[in-house]
Amino acid sequence: MIETLVSTLAQGLLLGGLYCLFALGLSLMFGVMRLTNTAHGDVIVLMSFVAFTGMSLAPAVAGAGGWMPFAVMVVMLPLAFGLGYALQRYVLNKTLGRDPLPSLVVTFGLSIVIQNMLLELYSADPRSVDTDGLNTQSMILPGGLAIGVLPLIILVVAVSATALLQWLFNRTRLGRAFRAVSDDREIAELMGLNANKVYALATAIAFVLIAVAGVLQVMRTTVSPSDGSIQLLFAFEAVIIGGMGSFWGTLAGAMLLGIVQQIGFRLDPGWGIWFGHIVFLLVLVVRPQGLFPKTRES
Amino acid sequence: MPVQVIRSNKNSQVALVIGLALVVVAATLPFWAPEDSASAWMREFVEISCYFIFAMMWNLLAGYGGMVSVGQQAFFGFGGYVMLMLGNLADVNPFIAVPLGALAAALIAVPVSYVAFRLQGGYFAIGTWVIAEVFRLSFAQLSVVGGGSGTSLTALRGIDKATRETATFWMALACMVAAVALVYLFLRSKRGLALLAIRDNEVAAESQGIAVARMKLAVYVVAALGAGLAGALYFLGNLRISPDAAFSVNWTAFAIFMVVIGGIGRIEGPIVGALIYWALNKFFGDYGTWYLLGLGLLAILATIYFKQGLWGYAQERWGWSLFPTRRTLKI
Repeated sequence: MIETLVSTLAQGLLLGGLYCLFALGLSLMFGVMRLTNTAHGDVIVLMSFVAFTGMSLAPAVAGAGGWMPFAVMVVMLPLAFGLGYALQRYVLNKTLGRDPLPSLVVTFGLSIVIQNMLLELYSADPRSVDTDGLNTQSMILPGGLAIGVLPLIILVVAVSATALLQWLFNRTRLGRAFRAVSDDREIAELMGLNANKVYALATAIAFVLIAVAGVLQVMRTTVSPSDGSIQLLFAFEAVIIGGMGSFWGTLAGAMLLGIVQQIGFRLDPGWGIWFGHIVFLLVLVVRPQGLFPKTRES
Repeated sequence: MPVQVIRSNKNSQVALVIGLALVVVAATLPFWAPEDSASAWMREFVEISCYFIFAMMWNLLAGYGGMVSVGQQAFFGFGGYVMLMLGNLADVNPFIAVPLGALAAALIAVPVSYVAFRLQGGYFAIGTWVIAEVFRLSFAQLSVVGGGSGTSLTALRGIDKATRETATFWMALACMVAAVALVYLFLRSKRGLALLAIRDNEVAAESQGIAVARMKLAVYVVAALGAGLAGALYFLGNLRISPDAAFSVNWTAFAIFMVVIGGIGRIEGPIVGALIYWALNKFFGDYGTWYLLGLGLLAILATIYFKQGLWGYAQERWGWSLFPTRRTLKI
């Protein structure tokens, strides 16, 4: 009984690590420019498929084993950075304003474009990359609890990414610029910031995080072109549960979502995701500002 | 100084006459259409009128109410399921069950709004999507309606195909006219004026004594009613329902496309949008993924470079207005 509980909790935390990686980019983009990227999940899937193609192009290196996808990931990061920068600078910046409709419609349209492009290029079949068994390896912790090696790596990456992002936001010049344009765009521009460039950098960093999430996801399991919407919803739930404006809050929200879903799955496989949605809606009703809010909606 | 409030123009009077004539022509379709194509035409009409009613309601919610939702399919599917359950399980005549399904959607919108209204702007959009997913997953677990694989509307068994199709067609036409009239009269009423004020500036409207929160709830409920009506009607014509079809986000995607292309915040917008969608679907629908990709791109380009949509362009350029909801002061 206790063992089941501990193992469910551990699985939930590991799943939460993945959701945290899904959510950080969304949290950053909303925090800096109040932009809700409806195509967020589809960009994660896009990155998964880029990794899939990257793996098929990568030369076979003897002894690289399960670490090859990480090499592909490193190559992808600057590409993702550039893609995010260009998308924000030349498309999404045109849609920002008091009215949320233009940015929603444009990102929603983008989501349809990405999804159908992937369907055309890769068909509807689920794909995954070869990790040379890394995705099935597990280690036994003292006490007999078995934990997957790859999920543990994902959790470590998620916690490091959260810490890094929080440090960037609080302690660097770029982070100060992010906070400034987020608080008051006009005043920040009077102080000499170019808000459009700051926004572009925020999306660029968000896309780097998305690339990391996408590669790890396609290593962990199979991905198909229509997976984007559910990943967007999980990411969104983690951000709202955690509270806006705090990346540690997003991590906590993701953990809670992961644990709740895992408990739901344990009770009945058909209800796991439903259970997660319900807890999210409950948090909305009981504590709409989220668990650990830093900023308040103006 | 005598001041005159002008609420209609020549265009709108002509449009009303033409509109009524078109309705008469359409209503008599079963009598004049060639026999071999009448059935197909009527089915096509029922389908497009469902898309149209749904888009009309999305336009009311987003374009007038300022609430951009990606979860209106929750009410579409709910209306459909309630209609089917009333027909199959409670022996209600499905044609009577259609308005009941719409009413049920309006009723459920009240508690749903309590949760959804906690969020604003972009977060409202995705929050409503989560709510629609909860509807989908819940109905997928309901074994009396076939769970995840869905079920058929058996209540119409025993009625012959021609009678059924003609009745559904007339019902669709009536619903379409009713939906346009409902939105038009709502917007022309005192409440409609309040809604326009809220859309332009929420704080200013509140300061003028408009109950903003109650008004938003009213719009949300009316939009849910319309979406439920569209859903009930669609599955009456389709005869088969499943959670994935009923609660698909594509319903809202198509509605957004129609409204954005036609012109948001105008009654004419969804009409023009639905006609364009119908034409595109007829000529390019067979291209599948390429067609959808094109629709997505078109929506992006229209939002960035052609914000007012086709009808907005016509209105700006030539001053056309078929359904005038504005009040013009003539001094």
